[in-house]
Amino acid sequence: MTNPTPPPGPDGLLAVDIRGVTKRFGPVTAVDDMTLSIEPGEIVAFLGPNGAGKTTTVDMMLGLSRPNAGIVRIYGRRPVDAVARGEVAAVMQTGGLLKDLTVAETVRLTSTLFAHSRPVDEVLERAGISEIGNRLVGKCSGGQQQRLRFALALLSDPLLMVLDEPTSGMDVEGRRDFWAAIREDAERGRTVMFATHYLDEADSYADRIVLIRSGRIVADGTTAEIKAMASGRSVRATLPDADTAALSALSGVDDVEVRGDTVIVRGKDSDGVARYLLTQTRARDLEITTHNLEDAFLALTSDDEAPAGAIPLERTAS
Amino acid sequence: MTTATPKAVAAALAAQHERRVPPLGGLNATFLRLEVRRSLRNRRTLIFLFVFPVVLFALIAGPQINKHIDGPGSPSIGPYIMISMAVYGAMVACTSGGAMVATERALGWSRQLRLTPLRPAAYVATKLLTAMVLGLIAVLVMMVVGALFGVRMPAHIWVLSGLAAWLGAIVFAAFGLFVGYLLPAENAMQFIGPLLGIMAFFGGLFQPVSTMGHSLQIIAKFMPVYGVGVLARSPLTHESVDAVAIVNMLAWVVVFGFGAMLLFRRDTKRV
Repeated sequence: MTNPTPPPGPDGLLAVDIRGVTKRFGPVTAVDDMTLSIEPGEIVAFLGPNGAGKTTTVDMMLGLSRPNAGIVRIYGRRPVDAVARGEVAAVMQTGGLLKDLTVAETVRLTSTLFAHSRPVDEVLERAGISEIGNRLVGKCSGGQQQRLRFALALLSDPLLMVLDEPTSGMDVEGRRDFWAAIREDAERGRTVMFATHYLDEADSYADRIVLIRSGRIVADGTTAEIKAMASGRSVRATLPDADTAALSALSGVDDVEVRGDTVIVRGKDSDGVARYLLTQTRARDLEITTHNLEDAFLALTSDDEAPAGAIPLERTAS
Repeated sequence: MTTATPKAVAAALAAQHERRVPPLGGLNATFLRLEVRRSLRNRRTLIFLFVFPVVLFALIAGPQINKHIDGPGSPSIGPYIMISMAVYGAMVACTSGGAMVATERALGWSRQLRLTPLRPAAYVATKLLTAMVLGLIAVLVMMVVGALFGVRMPAHIWVLSGLAAWLGAIVFAAFGLFVGYLLPAENAMQFIGPLLGIMAFFGGLFQPVSTMGHSLQIIAKFMPVYGVGVLARSPLTHESVDAVAIVNMLAWVVVFGFGAMLLFRRDTKRV
């Protein structure tokens, strides 16, 4: 187990409880000993490049596939049981729609499959597609079809909503409208987990970001934490025999790395570090570079086993 | 408690109803009705299911409805062809109902349904029932058209032949499911339609088996449509229902049903 598990909530139930889960497809390990807990009410972004294992993890959370090892529980139940009770619902990339039904018919048909269901008109309204209820699905745009999938996911009033790359293929305006609907819905207290490879979506809509690479969680923190960690600068200079202890002791320094004659100092006060290096040491060829969330994302999720300049984050696995 | 934290709201959401699993794995009448309505919305389906058999009937039987097939005492041509065409209509309707799973798998709708409480068995049952409803409509349409063309038979023959044509077509509902799980193609019926025509021809729906050549007669007895055809016409022809017809029908129900079940289980297995 590589990731610390937060204590369960007062009611003892985690919204999502993934423990030591591994999923292999032949020789490929898509998800590698993953442990992840989501508390009720959290909005979590599952962020990673294509092929990182996001969809595989989501599939296991929905009971569409089974892990080779480890367990997955949704509000304390097996995923298939949670789906059967409408406790978890999802907007999937792959879920198809019937072209020869209208929007409203699709919702009505799906609503008959649940023991409890919200009224058809209500979910159409909340997904923002009331006006196109009588339109054939085959005549709807990609964004409208995605809102229809969202409406279907709202029917059972799920405790957990899972969205897998929900806005891929949408234009900018469609994405904004879609997220507005999700955000409004999440304010009612629903737990939301969405997989995405858009950094700005994770940044704008999640309370917590879980970064995943090669089937492993490489960083897990609140959006603010990750941004703070990523917002530092690094100072790079040529300095043989650098005194790492002295550099580490400087105010605002997070990390000192020595590579041969080069020293890299990461921290919030790059000016202070630069002043020290240039005045107190024989450092030369000094360079200051800025990190942003994008750098952190790229560094943490690139496929190299030991990514150059990876930023150590708290609650980091592996 | 002063303000409702998201967590408190989430807990309230969790408690607000005792969440249950739907009865019968999600099988229900509204679902079935929408499925039938959706099938009837498809123009190609309408043509193949209803227009085609009616046109065939009008072409073959129209000019000679009251003539006898084989001299005085033998059945008249009109009822004979009408019943055969009813079987043909039911065959196409039931197959297309079952084969809907091909389209739905190709479109990803079956995957969407797996995010609902609908059990896979309830899904297949709905497809089977939809197929049978379409088959019933096809039989009724053919019989109404036959009556309008002047076909006259004793009431019990209408009922018995109609029931046999309809219920016997379960062979083809199973066939449709089998093919539906075999071919994940949106246009599966384009392949199956001509195949059904060939089966109907060699199975004796378009001409009486007794008028075929010797080897064709033997081939006919192995066709999936042979059994249901003989059974549906037997109230009219007064032929005793031979064992070959019964064995033929049961064998094909078992073959297609079992094949569909194997493929269905392969399809819904969680990996």
